[in-house]
Amino acid sequence: MTQPAPKTLFAKIWDAHRIETGSTGSSLVAIDRVFLHERTGAAALKSMAAAGRPVHDPARVFAVMDHIVDTRIGRGDGTLMEGGSAFITETRAAAKAAGIMLFDVNDPDQGITHVISPELGIVLPGVTLVAPDSHTCTQGALGALAWGIGSSEAEHAMATGTLRIEKPRTMRVTFTGTLAPGVTAKDMALALIAAHGAGGGAGHAVEFAGEAVEALEIEARMTLCNMATEFSAMAGFIAPDAKTFAYLAGRRYAPAHFDEPYWQTLRSDEGAVFDAEIVIDASSLAPMVSWGTSPQHSMPIDGAVPQGPQRAHDYIGLEAGATMLGTPIDVAFIGSCTNARLSDLRRAAALVKGHKVSPAIRKALVVPGSSAVKRAAEAEGLDAIFTEAGFEWRASGCSLCFFAGGERFPEGSRTISSTNRNFEGRQGPGIRTHIASPETVIASAIAGAIADPRELAKETAQ
Amino acid sequence: MTPFTTLCSIAIPILRDNVDTDAIIPSREMKSTGRTGLAEGLFAPWRYSDVAARVPDPTFELNRSEAQGGQIILGGANFGCGSSREHAVWALVEYGIRCVIAESFAPIFRANCIRNGVLPITLQRSVVDALAWHQLEIDLAAQTVRAGETNCTFTIEDEPRTMLLEGLDVIDLTLKARDAIAAWTDADRTARPWVYLEKTA
Ligand code: SF4
Repeated sequence: MTQPAPKTLFAKIWDAHRIETGSTGSSLVAIDRVFLHERTGAAALKSMAAAGRPVHDPARVFAVMDHIVDTRIGRGDGTLMEGGSAFITETRAAAKAAGIMLFDVNDPDQGITHVISPELGIVLPGVTLVAPDSHTCTQGALGALAWGIGSSEAEHAMATGTLRIEKPRTMRVTFTGTLAPGVTAKDMALALIAAHGAGGGAGHAVEFAGEAVEALEIEARMTLCNMATEFSAMAGFIAPDAKTFAYLAGRRYAPAHFDEPYWQTLRSDEGAVFDAEIVIDASSLAPMVSWGTSPQHSMPIDGAVPQGPQRAHDYIGLEAGATMLGTPIDVAFIGSCTNARLSDLRRAAALVKGHKVSPAIRKALVVPGSSAVKRAAEAEGLDAIFTEAGFEWRASGCSLCFFAGGERFPEGSRTISSTNRNFEGRQGPGIRTHIASPETVIASAIAGAIADPRELAKETAQ
Repeated sequence: MTPFTTLCSIAIPILRDNVDTDAIIPSREMKSTGRTGLAEGLFAPWRYSDVAARVPDPTFELNRSEAQGGQIILGGANFGCGSSREHAVWALVEYGIRCVIAESFAPIFRANCIRNGVLPITLQRSVVDALAWHQLEIDLAAQTVRAGETNCTFTIEDEPRTMLLEGLDVIDLTLKARDAIAAWTDADRTARPWVYLEKTA
C-alpha cells in the first residue's frame, strides 16, 4: 500500500472545506465563522438587507464595537469621531435585524475583534474564519485559517456560508533557536518583514513554525500572526499544540476538551512540501523599531537608519545614517490587536514600575485589547502601576491604532506605538509613527525618546 | 455591476510602491456607513495641500490637467496594501477609475477590485513605467493593453475575467450551488459538530 503524500496544515484545512472546484480554477470554500465590527459591519449587513438576502446561519456570525467606539472610561454611544455614533447605532440595529450575536459597547465581552474571538473560543483550530478586517490573520495563532476580506466578500460569506477563492500558495517561515531576553514576537514579525519586504508573503498562506514559534505562548503567537497581513500574506497561522488546546478548552463557544484524535491531525505532516520556505535564526534578533512609513522600514533599535525611498525619509524626518536611539517622541501608545493582551500589559507594567513617563511626552496611554483584559489587569493592579507612572488607563477599543478624526496631535508629532502600521497619516495627519514592542514603548516613554528596552530591564533588575 | 469589456483612457501614474488603502481613502474620509460620498476623499492626504480646506496640491498626479477624466491609474509594487476597507475601491469607482495597472497588488484590494468592476492588471514594472500619461486601449476579452504602436498582453484568471466581462453578481452565482453547499454542511455537521453553534443572539 502506498502512503498518502505528506500534506501541509494549510492543504488539510483547505481540502476539508472545499465544496467544489469550479472549472475556472477558483474553489467554493466553506466558511465556519464570520466576524464583523462597526467600521464595516453595518455597511455589509445593510447592503444584504437591501438586496433581500438573509444571513445563512446567524449563529456563526458575530459582531462587536471596537473601531470607532470611544475608549474613555464611562463611554456611551458618543464618539470622538464626528458622525461616529451612526456607525454604532446602525451596526446595532443591523445586527439585531439579522439575528446575530453582538458584543455591544458596554458588554463585558466587548473588545477588539481579534482579541475577543480567541477569548471566547469563537476561533478554533482547523476552522475557516473571515472578517472584513485585514488583521483577521491574528486568529491563525489558534491553528485556524483566518483571513481578512472586503465588505462584498463578507456579504458573500454571510449570505452563502462560503467564499469563492483562488487557492493560495503555501509558505513556511521557520524561526530556529531561542529569542534573547527583551526580544519578542513583535520583533520576530518586524524582522521578517524588514528582511523580505511588505509584499514578501503575497499570494501565500504562511505557516509559522520552528522552535522559537513553539516556545511562544498563545498570546505572543497572536502578535506574530497579526502582522502576516503586513507581509501581504493571505493568512498566517501556527499548528495547534498542547498550549493551544489548553488555552481554548472550555471557553464559551469552544468544546470542553480536545480529546478526539482529530485535533492531533491538524499539523503539517513530516516531509510536506511548501511552495516557499524562509528560515530565520531567532537568536540573532534584536528589538526592532520602524524608521519609515511601511512596516518593511524596520530596523534593529540600536542601528542606523538605512537608505529608503526619499518620500519616507521626508515624511518621518529622519535621514539615512541617523541613529534611532535618542530620537525624541511626543506620544506613547500601548494598545491594538497586536500587543494589548494581558501578557503584553504584564510585561509592560513590570518594566514601568517605579519609573515615570518623561515630562517631554505629551500623551501616554494604555488601552486594553478587550474588556476582559481590562478587568484582569485591574484585578492584578496593573492599571495602578500604569497610572502612577503617568499613563492614562482606558476602556477597550482600537483607539489610537488608527485615526478616524478623534484624538489629534499637531502635525509632525512622533509616536512610539505597539501597533502594526506606520503608514503616512495612520495615526492622524502628519503623525510620524514608530512601531515596536510594548517593552520598547515603555522604555521610550520613560526616556522621552526612542530607547532600548534591554537597558531599562538591566536597570530594573539591579 | 457594470461589465468591463474595453476601456480607452489616459493612464495616470502614481508610481509608488506600497500605496496603502489609508492613503487611497483615509479613515476620517469614510464618514458614513454607506458606499457613497467617498470620491472627494480619494487620495486626500496627497491630493490636497490643505485637506480640511480641500486645497488641491498641483504637484499630485491626479490634479494635473491631463489627468482629468482619466479612468486608469498606474501603481508600483504591493498596490492597495493595508486595511481591507472596500471603501478604497468604492472611492476609486466613484471618482471614475475603472482599471489599475500595477507591478503587484495586495490580495484583499485586488479581490475588492474584481467585486466592484475594476480591472486589476499586473505588468512588469518597466512596462508599467512606460505607460505613464499614454492614452491606453484595454481589451479584457483579448487581455491586451495597447499604447499607440505598442501592444502588450496581460494574464488574469478565468473566473475574475468572466465576472468582470459579464458584470456578474457573485452571490447569485454561488446561490445556484445551494444544494452542494447543503450536502457538504450536512456531512460536516457530523464530522465537526463543534463548528455548528446554537443560536445565541
Ligand atoms: S487595533 Fe488597529 S489593527 Fe487591530 S483591528 Fe483595531 S484598528 Fe485594526
